[in-house]
Amino acid sequence: MTSTEILARFAAVVEEVVGIPARDVTPTKSFTDDLDIDSLSMVEIATAAEDAFGVTIPDSVLGDLRTVADAVDFITRAGVAA
Amino acid sequence: MTRSHPADVLVTGLGAVTPLGATLAETWAALLSGASGARRLTEDWAAELPVRIAATVPVDLNVAIDPALARTLDRSQQLAICAADEAWTDAGAPDVDPERLAVVVSTGIGGVTTLLEQYDALRDRGPRRVSPFTVPRIMPNGPAAAVGLRLGARAGVHAPVSACASGAEAIALALDLIRAGRADVVVCGGTEAAVSPLPMAAFAAMRALSTRNEEPQAASRPFDKQRDGFVLGEGAGVLVLERGEHALARGRRGHARLVGAGVSNDAHHVAAPDPSGAGAARAMTLALRDADLAPVDVAHVNAHATSTPAGDVAESRAIRSALGAAADGVAVTATKSGTGHLLGAAGAVEAAFTVLAIGAGIVPAIRNLDDPDDDVALDVVRVAPRTMAVPVALSNSFGFGGHNVALAFAAAA
Repeated sequence: MTSTEILARFAAVVEEVVGIPARDVTPTKSFTDDLDIDSLSMVEIATAAEDAFGVTIPDSVLGDLRTVADAVDFITRAGVAA
Repeated sequence: MTRSHPADVLVTGLGAVTPLGATLAETWAALLSGASGARRLTEDWAAELPVRIAATVPVDLNVAIDPALARTLDRSQQLAICAADEAWTDAGAPDVDPERLAVVVSTGIGGVTTLLEQYDALRDRGPRRVSPFTVPRIMPNGPAAAVGLRLGARAGVHAPVSACASGAEAIALALDLIRAGRADVVVCGGTEAAVSPLPMAAFAAMRALSTRNEEPQAASRPFDKQRDGFVLGEGAGVLVLERGEHALARGRRGHARLVGAGVSNDAHHVAAPDPSGAGAARAMTLALRDADLAPVDVAHVNAHATSTPAGDVAESRAIRSALGAAADGVAVTATKSGTGHLLGAAGAVEAAFTVLAIGAGIVPAIRNLDDPDDDVALDVVRVAPRTMAVPVALSNSFGFGGHNVALAFAAAA
């Protein structure tokens, strides 16, 4: 899966979980400042992303995922590692 | 005659979402028309239950509320938000210092639907699939917190819990907050969403529910000889209470005044009412004393009357005992005949009905009251609503645990 494909799929996950249109889920967006996603909703997004991509997002990493690009990069690397 | 309390507390906003309608106005119109909100439960989960009827809210809450908010809330909290939004708008969205705005919203059972769903998730998919919103959805103060957050209430957010008296106790506490000078405006009421397999089975196990499965709309029949239990319902009711000076300063006289509240406990049995009705009578007497009113001032009582064999007769005795001979002149209704029993929301929804009865000069009829019980010595309003002056009215609410709450409302001065 390319980064572009991962972004598209991740944006769809965000839309499904919190209802923000996927087109608004762009790489530079901050989850908290731009998308107004709180820490509890981030846990739900992470869980749904784990299901969608077959990766594990440890709690120790979750707090470091500040932007959409951070999440896509992590999933990309986790996928490569797997 | 009514006399003004030194510090009048006005009801400046009303809202409800019930099995009879998406709003209080819809609900009131349906109630006056004699409608019932009960239905057969055709869902798969109900198939094996001994009771397969309930009164559910006919509203898609994911449309009524912003879906991004709705997804974080239990159904009981969604209903509370609907009713609070309506009440707040009805009150004209008062311009109040957030530090003088309080919320008191109760629930009898709370987020039981969420609890059961999340237990299924834990059992079937493991701990990592339990929603991080589970705790805020199931905590008993969750509905109060949700409403408080929505309105930015900083004077305090409370959730007194007393089973089926919860909604009324919330209003009684709200009255105290204003009288104590701790808030100028209090958004108060109750909510419930427990039409779900475990509560249905549990209330049925107590033999508290009507088993009239083939006639859901005839099942809730307070004071009728053929009554056999209550019909479980869901919904929410919210009132905006406001310190008189605060309301008058912005040109609001209010729908009515909340002039008194009486709270007592039977200390008799955890679920069964004291057959003498003594505790319930004391709540009514205390409410009238608090309001500086006499039994003869009371024109109307919205009874708790859930349609259980024991409870309705005990309440009839209680009303007789509290009002004495003046009870002959009191028009008694029992609106659970139309709405079903909304548990922790019931007291608030019925308080709203009582306020509307005062304002409109009309008392709703008790649906299904075909043949009044011989032990019920009250002027029950049946067949058709009664048009009459209602200067003062009581709304009764009782709950498992022996709780009794009576609220006294009077026409706006």
